[in-house]
Amino acid sequence: MDAIMLQEKLVERLLCPRVRTARQKEKQYVGFATLPNQVHRKSVKKGFDFTLMVAGESGMGKSTLVNSLFLTDLYKDRKLLNAEERINQTVEIIKHTVDIEEKGVKLKLTIVDTPGFGDAVNNNECWKPITDYIDQQFEQYFRDESGLNRKNIQDNRVHCCLYFIPPFGHGLRPVDVEFMKALHEKVNIIPLIAKADCLTPNEIKKLKDRIREEIDKFGIKVYQFPECDSDEDEEFKQLDKELKECTPFAVIGSNTVVEARGQRVRGRLYPWGIVEVENQSHCDFVKLRNMLIRSHMHDLKDVTCDVHYENYRAQCIQEMTSKLAQDNRMESPIPILPLSTPDADTEKLIKMKDEELKRMQEMLNKMQQQMHDKDQ
Amino acid sequence: LSAGQPSRKRSHSSGGGSTLLGYIGIDTIIEQMRKKTMKTGFDFNIMVVGPSGLGKSTLVNTLFKSQVSRKSAGWSRDEKIPKTVEIKSVSHVIEEGGVKMKLTVVDTPGFGDQINNDNCWEPISKYINEQFEKFLKEEVNITRKKRIPDTRVHCCVYFIPPTGHSLRQLDVEFMKRLSHSVNIIPVIAKSDTMTVEERQEFKQRVRKELEMNGIEFYPQKEFDDDIEDKSDNDKIREMMPFAVVGSDKEYQVNGKRVLGRKTPWGIIEVENPNHCEFAQLRDFLIRSHLQDLKEVTHNIHYETYRAKRLNDNGGLHPITSNDTQESNL
Repeated sequence: MDAIMLQEKLVERLLCPRVRTARQKEKQYVGFATLPNQVHRKSVKKGFDFTLMVAGESGMGKSTLVNSLFLTDLYKDRKLLNAEERINQTVEIIKHTVDIEEKGVKLKLTIVDTPGFGDAVNNNECWKPITDYIDQQFEQYFRDESGLNRKNIQDNRVHCCLYFIPPFGHGLRPVDVEFMKALHEKVNIIPLIAKADCLTPNEIKKLKDRIREEIDKFGIKVYQFPECDSDEDEEFKQLDKELKECTPFAVIGSNTVVEARGQRVRGRLYPWGIVEVENQSHCDFVKLRNMLIRSHMHDLKDVTCDVHYENYRAQCIQEMTSKLAQDNRMESPIPILPLSTPDADTEKLIKMKDEELKRMQEMLNKMQQQMHDKDQ
Repeated sequence: LSAGQPSRKRSHSSGGGSTLLGYIGIDTIIEQMRKKTMKTGFDFNIMVVGPSGLGKSTLVNTLFKSQVSRKSAGWSRDEKIPKTVEIKSVSHVIEEGGVKMKLTVVDTPGFGDQINNDNCWEPISKYINEQFEKFLKEEVNITRKKRIPDTRVHCCVYFIPPTGHSLRQLDVEFMKRLSHSVNIIPVIAKSDTMTVEERQEFKQRVRKELEMNGIEFYPQKEFDDDIEDKSDNDKIREMMPFAVVGSDKEYQVNGKRVLGRKTPWGIIEVENPNHCEFAQLRDFLIRSHLQDLKEVTHNIHYETYRAKRLNDNGGLHPITSNDTQESNL
């Protein structure tokens, strides 16, 4: 049954006490259990946004993977640079935004691309433009959040960074380690093994073990999947366990459709066989997609807000207060950002909202009282 | 003999040469040379350059069908990547059909593995010049050894990562600087990551970039001896860089045991020309141009080095090591 219809039915039952069912006699049903549905409805109306960063050397298949994940073609008119043109190029930050809608749910997806990363002969600190960008987004959000008109804050914070590790090596390279260490406290890092179709299953396993070992050894904090709730069913727990043991995901991307086993699937056609992107025995693309989009998108946003952003904010505030103390002014535990005095219109709006809230609260109380009386 | 009749006398010549009045036996010199070569055997020094993990050792082992190169497992927990590129050379004697070859594989661990790879080609360049210097010193001795041990690098196989885009800056820098002192053979490593179309496009782009940067890889156009050479070499140049896959494991395919890589979607056969160009590389490197590689190294690269040395110093420094006498150049 549709969530909205269910909600309305419940409200009906509350307000028309004569229509009582046996079940209602048992439960003292208030109705706020429908809250998730209300949130759902409001969110659907508002739409979601998600900012995904992709990082790694040229030619790791980043663009293809992004296109495969979101079934778009974000890089249609891209021109590939040759070695000469890349000589003086520094790492750039390029944003692509696309609006995707599926079953009434709108997603504003922003992909942050980092061309030039790791491509030079000397790659010292090539991650600096990237860390600077992430910090800038935090700073902008911090300012907006502390400002007055918070209705339309644009959240440009990077929720997740997919880092592409080449499959050709024996594990993490120095540049991989340094990059992840520079970013693991600013953004959720999900390391991926790129172009995994050039590895046999044994090689993939060895590489994954090696990478996991090295991540431990170097103390890199990659994104951790949250623990399952103890009341989840066994199947979910099993899936969750498999997911965690599969990291880093070995992925393949493709935008071309090929014919395999009588079906048309996305894949890569080789003289020796066809690699299917969505075949779980070929690569972990499906796991990545499910994790990134279908189960953990929200958690990624939460961790960004609650952990990475808060770290940044706390650091920022500390710096500000220590600066204030240095200037011999009174130390204040709360940051005093230059706030402008509220204007008359905004004040009126705030009052109106307050009154509305009060009214809603009274209505809820009345309903509760009614029910309570009826049951006496 | 009348003019119209074919010679009745026994003639070993093959067409033409009917003006010989008898058989002299000049052609047996080829046989003599062969016998001699088989007895003395010959040296071949191959260098492999490329970032770690591109399958360099596996490829060399596959080329020479023996474990002549030790595969690295990457840098282990306690090992640190060397700050400068190391040069490690290992020699093996392999034999085939009565012919002995002393194969030396020169490995260059650490190349391209650091974050800052500036000048990582210098140790390699230095090594190559050192081998030339060694040979030169032997050559200018008064009493020379009968057969000067040849440690000069005859061929440098450069491994290009299969990004599918184009050459990286590091690739261009290395090949630009070293193509004048050694025969460079660029190969596209681990090419099983590209489909046939991607491979063709990548090769074209790489060739264009090599041309734009004036990089002459082996076989160099300027050293083609004659028309026949040129046409043979042109065909090879069209195919380069060879897109290769290496493997030391065998699998059963269509009743035959082949070298390959087994994936969930099929078996990649290393020696199948439809799968990759390993067979073409092997034929080119070993079966047709092995001797030419040595000759170009000796006649051109080494001579260039020698001429430069003679010009630079206005003559060679007298040799001061104990077991040789002063040169009187």
